[in-house]
Amino acid sequence: MMAPALFQAGAVSQMDPSTGVYLIAAIVKLVVIFTICMVGVAYSTFAERRISAWIQDRHGPNRVGPQGVLQVLADGVKNIMKEETYPNFASKALFILAPGLAFLPAMVAWAVIPFGSPLPTPWGRIDLVVADLPVGFLFTLAVTSIGVYGIVIAGWSSNNKYALLGGLRSSAQMVSYEIAMGMSTVCVLLLAGNVSLGVVVDQQARMGWNVLLLSVAALIFLISAFAETNRLPFDLPEAESELIAGYHAEYSAMKFSMFPMSEYANMITSSAMIVTLFFGGWDIPFTHWDNDAPWTVLKSVLTFGAFATKVMFFVFFYMWIRWTLPRFRYDQLMALGWKVLLPVVLAYIVIVAGAVLALDAAGVARGPAFGAILFGMNVVLLAVLVFALDKGRLVSPSYARLAQDRVARLRAASAQRSIVAGGGGQ
Amino acid sequence: MNEFYPLVYTFHFYLFGLVALAAAIVFVTRKSPVAAALWLVVVMTSLAALYVMLDAEFVAVIQVLVYAGAIMVVFLFIVMLLNLGTLSELGEIRGKWGRIAAALVGLALVAELAALSRAAYSLRVTVPARSGPEAIAETGGVIGSIAAPMFRDYLLAFELTSVLLLVAIIGSVVLARKRSEHDAG
Repeated sequence: MMAPALFQAGAVSQMDPSTGVYLIAAIVKLVVIFTICMVGVAYSTFAERRISAWIQDRHGPNRVGPQGVLQVLADGVKNIMKEETYPNFASKALFILAPGLAFLPAMVAWAVIPFGSPLPTPWGRIDLVVADLPVGFLFTLAVTSIGVYGIVIAGWSSNNKYALLGGLRSSAQMVSYEIAMGMSTVCVLLLAGNVSLGVVVDQQARMGWNVLLLSVAALIFLISAFAETNRLPFDLPEAESELIAGYHAEYSAMKFSMFPMSEYANMITSSAMIVTLFFGGWDIPFTHWDNDAPWTVLKSVLTFGAFATKVMFFVFFYMWIRWTLPRFRYDQLMALGWKVLLPVVLAYIVIVAGAVLALDAAGVARGPAFGAILFGMNVVLLAVLVFALDKGRLVSPSYARLAQDRVARLRAASAQRSIVAGGGGQ
Repeated sequence: MNEFYPLVYTFHFYLFGLVALAAAIVFVTRKSPVAAALWLVVVMTSLAALYVMLDAEFVAVIQVLVYAGAIMVVFLFIVMLLNLGTLSELGEIRGKWGRIAAALVGLALVAELAALSRAAYSLRVTVPARSGPEAIAETGGVIGSIAAPMFRDYLLAFELTSVLLLVAIIGSVVLARKRSEHDAG
């Protein structure tokens, strides 16, 4: 009987997938990636507290250990020792299931992300990716789309109206932004011609990073990733000023702790996705030394370093945004997703597909020149998009300038209301 | 390693099949709509696992991404929004006659499926002569082997389906609009 394609996808490496060494290598990769992620999750909670303190000009946790680095351990011990509470009339099985369901998908999604150039070993070449599935990043999108169940079930099973509202908001938000996110990856597909993330990294090494070639898609993916991870300015499911703590209002101790952990795990995973799809993955910029054989251990180490640096930058970027921007109103969130991102990304797909078709027809080879032409096109498109968005009509924060006619209408409406209120005898 | 492969494969195939069947039975017997919807998610993910084992990874991923990850989330959203979780009137549609009718329809379906599996009919779709990873690679990979027929041989049908879906969307928008105008006036 033939092994299905799932198990044969690693066949690009010289190592025979049917040997025991391959299995051992896979297990080692699993353990290493899982450990790095868990430590990353723990320390990004610490980093968030220190970075928020730095941005707000305070000290942050700096007492446990040198510069507070052991704060993470103290928090872990505290959360495990705390009392577990269950709300009355909660659906207990679902209440316990929800935190795990929120956390697992973020970890599973790591399986397809390549994190370094192939590692040569005496037993053959090992690709530094846990499983190079033929469905590539579609797997990540599918698995992260399951993550919303954790939040929705947590909100519903808590038997609390604030939690339920948080769960409802989360489901609507996730479904809305998933579409824009999926559409923005279509542009990557147009250039790479394959969903395998290894191929996407390769294409970026040859043509230039996709953030330059597909700037608008990168921007939309980045915005959607913020919405998918429920991070500010999209953290309406747990908006503390409106919903106490939203979907996890009823949770305590380690079960509560699982929700922030899943949020940080999601941040790291989506940072890795942003890096791999748009920022060259493990590619070291300005050199082709790292992309070609002969593979050495040094190359693997350096490319992993490049990948980790980029991912850490985006984790920092998440925190930077959180402590800089205010939260959206719910109608602004929906308007941004459906009235701005979706039409923009659909138009962009058409434009990019047309450009790729024209360049291929003109006989431009898929290389640096191809990339340069696309980059030029993107500069123009990005300028047009930013100009259109900056008019403050569609996504207007409270301080945005309003159009004159809109101000007049708002004033008229407000005058109307005060007349009605006055007439009512207030 | 490889000598155990057929055993492992068979075991997992039947495992996921059993999980799908058991979850489906639990799904149709739940009184609470939320619980039923969640069991349906289990059915869908087990089906996705079966698709993976049948070398159809793309179908499996789309199953999870679209059905479990999007459609069921919207279902849950609506069920939770209407707060149907504790209503007992929902059980009323399952009266004596309702049960009998459901049983009859179910039996008819089983009979039809049995008849279909025995009938010697010819499929009018292109089924690849061989299966397995090599055949999939020849026809353009797990995605290409689905995309090529869809966008070449059956392009018209595909586009017509999307127009049909568009009609449904526009219809729902029109219906929603009409009611809100009525409420306002």
